[in-house]
Amino acid sequence: MNHRSIALTDQVHPTSHTRLHFIWLALFYLGLAMQFFSLFDLIFLPGEWALGLSFILIISGILGYTLTIEHRKKITGQPLYTLQGNIRQKKWSAWLLALFLTTFYVLLYLRPDLLGLGKNGASNSGLIGLYDGLSYWIKGNPASEWFVYGTMYTLAITCLGIRVIFKFRHNRYQVYRTLSIIFFQLIFAFLLPEILQSFNKPYVDLKNFWPLNYYFFFDWNIDQLLASGQFGFFVLGWGTLGFLVLTPLFTYYFGKRWYCSWVCGCGGLAETAGDEFRHLSNKSKKAWKQEKYLIYSILVLVIVMTLLILISRMTGQLTNISQTLAHWYGLIIGAMFSGIIGVGFYPLLGGRVWCRFGCPMAAYLGLLQKMKSRFRISTNGGQCISCGNCSTYCEMGIDVKSYAQQGKDIVRASCVGCGICSAVCPRGVLKLENINQ
Amino acid sequence: MSPIQNIVIIGNGIAGATAALEIRKRIEASITLISDETEFPYARTALMYIFMGQVSLPHTYLYPTDVWKEKNINLLKSRVIGLDRAAKTITLTDGRELSYDQLILATGSLSILPDCEGIDLPGVCALYHLEDLNKIEHQLLSNVKSAVIVGGGLIGVELAEMLIVRGIKVSFLVKETSYWANALPEEESQMVSRHLAERGITIIPNEEMSAILGDQHATGILCKSGKTFSCDFVGITIGVKPNVSLFSETGLNINRGILTNSFLRTNDDHIYAIGDCAELSEPAENRKSIEAVWYTAKKMGEVAAANICGEKMVYEQGVWYNSAKFFDLEYQVYGYVPNAIEPPLKSHYLTYANGQKSTRFVFHEEGHVVGILAMGARLRHGVCEAWIKQKTPLNEVMEHFDKANFDPEFTPIPFKNLKAQSRGSNTRKARNLVSFIFPFLRTRP
Repeated sequence: MNHRSIALTDQVHPTSHTRLHFIWLALFYLGLAMQFFSLFDLIFLPGEWALGLSFILIISGILGYTLTIEHRKKITGQPLYTLQGNIRQKKWSAWLLALFLTTFYVLLYLRPDLLGLGKNGASNSGLIGLYDGLSYWIKGNPASEWFVYGTMYTLAITCLGIRVIFKFRHNRYQVYRTLSIIFFQLIFAFLLPEILQSFNKPYVDLKNFWPLNYYFFFDWNIDQLLASGQFGFFVLGWGTLGFLVLTPLFTYYFGKRWYCSWVCGCGGLAETAGDEFRHLSNKSKKAWKQEKYLIYSILVLVIVMTLLILISRMTGQLTNISQTLAHWYGLIIGAMFSGIIGVGFYPLLGGRVWCRFGCPMAAYLGLLQKMKSRFRISTNGGQCISCGNCSTYCEMGIDVKSYAQQGKDIVRASCVGCGICSAVCPRGVLKLENINQ
Repeated sequence: MSPIQNIVIIGNGIAGATAALEIRKRIEASITLISDETEFPYARTALMYIFMGQVSLPHTYLYPTDVWKEKNINLLKSRVIGLDRAAKTITLTDGRELSYDQLILATGSLSILPDCEGIDLPGVCALYHLEDLNKIEHQLLSNVKSAVIVGGGLIGVELAEMLIVRGIKVSFLVKETSYWANALPEEESQMVSRHLAERGITIIPNEEMSAILGDQHATGILCKSGKTFSCDFVGITIGVKPNVSLFSETGLNINRGILTNSFLRTNDDHIYAIGDCAELSEPAENRKSIEAVWYTAKKMGEVAAANICGEKMVYEQGVWYNSAKFFDLEYQVYGYVPNAIEPPLKSHYLTYANGQKSTRFVFHEEGHVVGILAMGARLRHGVCEAWIKQKTPLNEVMEHFDKANFDPEFTPIPFKNLKAQSRGSNTRKARNLVSFIFPFLRTRP
């Protein structure tokens, strides 16, 4: 018997595109092309106009396209998710997208000058120059590569977040959660730090706690904070309170999800921009094992590194080794893992690769969730029909079905509580809840 | 009892696969699980999701593929064509014979196809087997624009969803006055019918098919009333029957299914029958002798496994439970909810969310709840089951109804308001009060 023809997805059917879809798509690509050509200074428009026009094209393109697609899917009764389509099946378009994203990250981290960053006081050109106008408007300085990245990141979360809200408009958990992600990204991760900087305060993301914010206790950060007076003390206190008290407390009441699925920008991007790549996460036991080794090693590494740095700060000893460790951690874990692999490989490995295999904050939250938390995913008795939708669309690679079909509740360190397993379950067997004990 | 060396299970559905694993938990014997459908046990319930591209076949495997090797269970992809009870052997299609000490029959169901003209035409299909998906896929290649689905049960609505996703216009031909009216009370049946109509599905009530029209390909159907409806595809979902024809000459007691006692043993001490193909000789009150659903099959697999391994476990039908989904409308039923509620039973029906959701409580004149039916709302299995088992009075159930809520977080709880109202009063008073204070909670007698 030939299973291929049914089991798989050689045929792509009717989320058929109408002419309208192509118009929206064309707008999006046009906006993207403007950003691309600005790299070579080929946009012959005043900077602000060019950026504004490009943003309008990109935003209307994404929103128009995704909302009409989602609307049409609803009318034709398409499922929430599908495995069909080139880009979801690691075919050429997925590789192309991955190549594009990873190239961008490599340039961003290693050669921002190629993106147009003016060195040694020279003014910006190219892509980064394109953002100068916006940067001046928000904080009165020329753009940096991080301003460009932050803007793009926020744009992606906001636009694609609106799509997720529209797609799950009958599911309040998803709506509230996505609104929260957009809020924290827009205000806390993007606007607040930029505005603080314009008031000559240090650039801080108040929701980014140690150990995700691995440089919180680095010398330069502490020096900078101490130098900025009262505000600096507040940030130091808040950051310490955050990882020492708030994190365990919230995790006890709500589980890891309060951070990973409601607040964090890394998770936020995965939940919004990575929404169509959920099925790519590896569900094998081997991957689970690798995950445990890797993520806890990184947690240990970040703790050792931080302790060494604090020791060297206080005693003046071990400065060399702590500096070297910090340098390599920043490059390999902070840049390459979280950025290049974490986001660049969305179309190949799924959206939460960083959250699952790399993030020390996720490791810390996961330990708390596993050991002391009210949160769990409850299974409704023996109602599971083993259809496999939950496991297929779990971004964290948890084999949810293996628990559900035994009637067991799911308490896993890695579960970020995104609620998609519950949303795709055709029998309503799974419920995220905080149990009163 | 001599030690069991060889256990053979025919059929790798949820019943057979569960039995195999449960036996392995207890004893070391050789276990062979035979199926001609798939190499690995998969979830038949996911057929529609495979077709719709939401999952692929490997996603629906009941367990990761390495489990079977790990547990030392032989999976055999072959078809059984003979059973010799005297020699305790079965014959496979390639002529091979396998001997057994204990045999489990878990052959499942077959779709019922009416014996009418045109039933063999291309463009006519049922939905049960993995192969049916292939067939449907193949037939849809011939530019199908409209389909008639004959029989409006749970499989019918799945087939409808599959076809609608491909842009095909679907009509249901049902014997009753509305969708699935032989199982659902009238209000719920109407609610589902409305929901289907919103999806562009036409329901043709009070009609029975007598023939399928067409020469080369199905072009329509002819009804007993003489009416004809044209279409390019005919889906047959009038039900399933136990797949037992293979055993009709073997001396096993067969009625519609293979008859079993309460230990799920057939009249042969070495043969058990479980799942859709088994028929209970003595079903419990208000229960059917054949309950061809996922949950019962799974439970039967567990019970047969225990009995084969020497434990004496009685198969208890327990509190009935079933669930389904009509497009976006979820359906859950606990306990006894007949389509026509007659004394000594009464029912209390509440709709909310503008008639998009409802809950029905069926209770005995004496006051205790015997069944709960929810549309669009999710209820907690353990809580509902306990209420019904313990014959909890309606008032008490209503008062604590929020305990049964299993909806996703942040979903408004409709019955929270009822809590105060129903306390210590009879239901009519509560109903009137509720509908007075909360007009959006429309209640009907």
